Amino acid sequence: MGILDVQNVNKSFGGLKALHNVNLDIEEGKIHAIIGPNGAGKSTLLNCFVGKLMPDTGTVMFDGQSLLGIKPHEINQLGVSRVFQTPEIFSELTVWENTLIPCFAKRDGSFALNALSRVSENKDMAEKAEKMLVDVDLINKKDMLASSMSRGDKRRLEMAMCLSQNPKLLLLDEPTAGMARADTQSTIELLKSIQKKLKITMVIIEHDMGVVFSLAQKISVLAQGTVIVEDVPEKIKGHPKVKEAYLGEAQV
Amino acid sequence: MKSISNADTRTLYFVAIIAILAPFILNPFPTDSGLAQFNAGYPDLMQRFAIYGILAIGFNILFGLTGYLSFGHAAFLGVGSYSAVWMFKLLSMNIIPAIILSVIVAGLFSLLIGFISLRRSGIYFSILTLAFAQMSFALAYSVLTPLTNGETGLQITLNDPRIFAAENVSGNLPVTSLFGMEMRDTWTLNLGAWDFQFNIGYYICAIFLLIAFYLSIRIFRSPFGMMLRAVKTNQTRLNYTGINTRPYTLAAFVISGMYAGLAGGLMASMDPLAGAERMQWTASGEIVLMTILGGTGTLLGPVMGAGFIKYFENIFSKINDTVLHGWFAWMPDGLENVIVWILHLFTGKGWHLTLGIMFMLIVIFLPGGLMEGMSRIGNWWKRRKGGDENTSEAKSTPAE
Repeated sequence: MGILDVQNVNKSFGGLKALHNVNLDIEEGKIHAIIGPNGAGKSTLLNCFVGKLMPDTGTVMFDGQSLLGIKPHEINQLGVSRVFQTPEIFSELTVWENTLIPCFAKRDGSFALNALSRVSENKDMAEKAEKMLVDVDLINKKDMLASSMSRGDKRRLEMAMCLSQNPKLLLLDEPTAGMARADTQSTIELLKSIQKKLKITMVIIEHDMGVVFSLAQKISVLAQGTVIVEDVPEKIKGHPKVKEAYLGEAQV
Repeated sequence: MKSISNADTRTLYFVAIIAILAPFILNPFPTDSGLAQFNAGYPDLMQRFAIYGILAIGFNILFGLTGYLSFGHAAFLGVGSYSAVWMFKLLSMNIIPAIILSVIVAGLFSLLIGFISLRRSGIYFSILTLAFAQMSFALAYSVLTPLTNGETGLQITLNDPRIFAAENVSGNLPVTSLFGMEMRDTWTLNLGAWDFQFNIGYYICAIFLLIAFYLSIRIFRSPFGMMLRAVKTNQTRLNYTGINTRPYTLAAFVISGMYAGLAGGLMASMDPLAGAERMQWTASGEIVLMTILGGTGTLLGPVMGAGFIKYFENIFSKINDTVLHGWFAWMPDGLENVIVWILHLFTGKGWHLTLGIMFMLIVIFLPGGLMEGMSRIGNWWKRRKGGDENTSEAKSTPAE
């Protein structure tokens, strides 16, 4: 059994069956990609992992513990971080504060009335944040307001925020969407190096096949709410079922 | 003070000096001159500056940091006042137990209201707090008359038990004091044409203001304060970062409720009575105005906003038609009457109109409040000076 174990997950919205008996087994330390045409249920599935949606039936086990029915902040404290499709950052705060907050959240837990110590007194937090910003190459922008950065920079900041917590599992929802070509390439490099260095398990939802095939060690193809194929990238490329899922619509 | 940065220490000293010298600063005009009208250096008003300053500082911890706009903070002020007066009735006229109880009771009360109201955010939160405050007002005004003395307001009487106080033989109502120092004691310094008044009650309020201000600096610069600002900008990210936002917002709500309780307790300590009108929604609205006027989310802004509003309330409302006629007596009669008729709308009972116009001008032209105005002047000054010496240096040090 892997670090994230998804069994028989079903989810309907009214009459629409978004997920139908989804089974997934994410191995520890691997990069696992979930691909599929629009409306296949990728984002719905991801939302079931982080406490945003509650599946109708089925189980989602992370590291031996069920993730169902617990709140997003509790799931994060278990070691699951998430990168969003549109970067979710603290846009009215500086890049530096953006990076510090997850560090404090990791150290102090979901609530601490830490009202009389100074932020700048916490040298260990500052060190951690600085190291993270160097890693994503944002250190010279640390005093900038997060809202004034480019989309690519925001994305990298969000990734730095997630990684500074040393998550056991990192969920990435289209991490390169809306990025310039060069930024996409550097993001791929970043994720690869992190994976090599820290052995963080990653689940990536992605449209860009280039990204998927250069990153993933395993790919699940989702179509109409079910996993139709799950295999290593080399076998996915020419798989007839995958072709059908992507091109089938065009033939009709 | 090592616990806060140099810039913050300077701000604190600045406030302390202003507070100590307030009797001079607020009394710039000779007592007998026509402009004495604009002097604000009398005990009653100076106490109010400090008390409303505390109230606004506390409100700013909630509104300025988390962005949760409470429309019910006057309820905590009122609860604080009632608690303090009860202490004067039951224990003694010493203000310390009164203030302690008012802070505790306001804290508990805000815990209850916050716990319920913070289930919602945005406009719904504001409406919930407003509803609670109006309910408290209604309770204080009629239902809880035994506790609040309804319409008349809660007052001290000669028959109160006051178990720790020495027997009152004078037959006069006792006055509030701090270990023998009476709050109303005022020492007047005559310097030529000027009279400067130093009042014990004001200095007690000023000490509390400084403590309140210092604590707010600590909160602003702490990890807790940083989390509160994060709540304001993106709750989703904060949740997915492992932070439970509820206890944070509740803690901020209770802290600001306790500040309001302290202000209410002080208000009753200066003048031992408490009325239900202190809890009305207009009073809550006034707190919001003070904070926005001064500069939401800034350290000094709320205090300035409080001073600004209280000054206008007390000074402009005193300018009645007789005073106006006195000012413009040198004009031809017809013109004098026209001018007095126009100004009449903006002064005396019409002072709200002046305040409204000021508020509109500030919100439209200085969305950051008085603090933004000050930093703009500061920047302009720096640029002007920088132009002579070194332009690049001025650019690299933006004012905070």
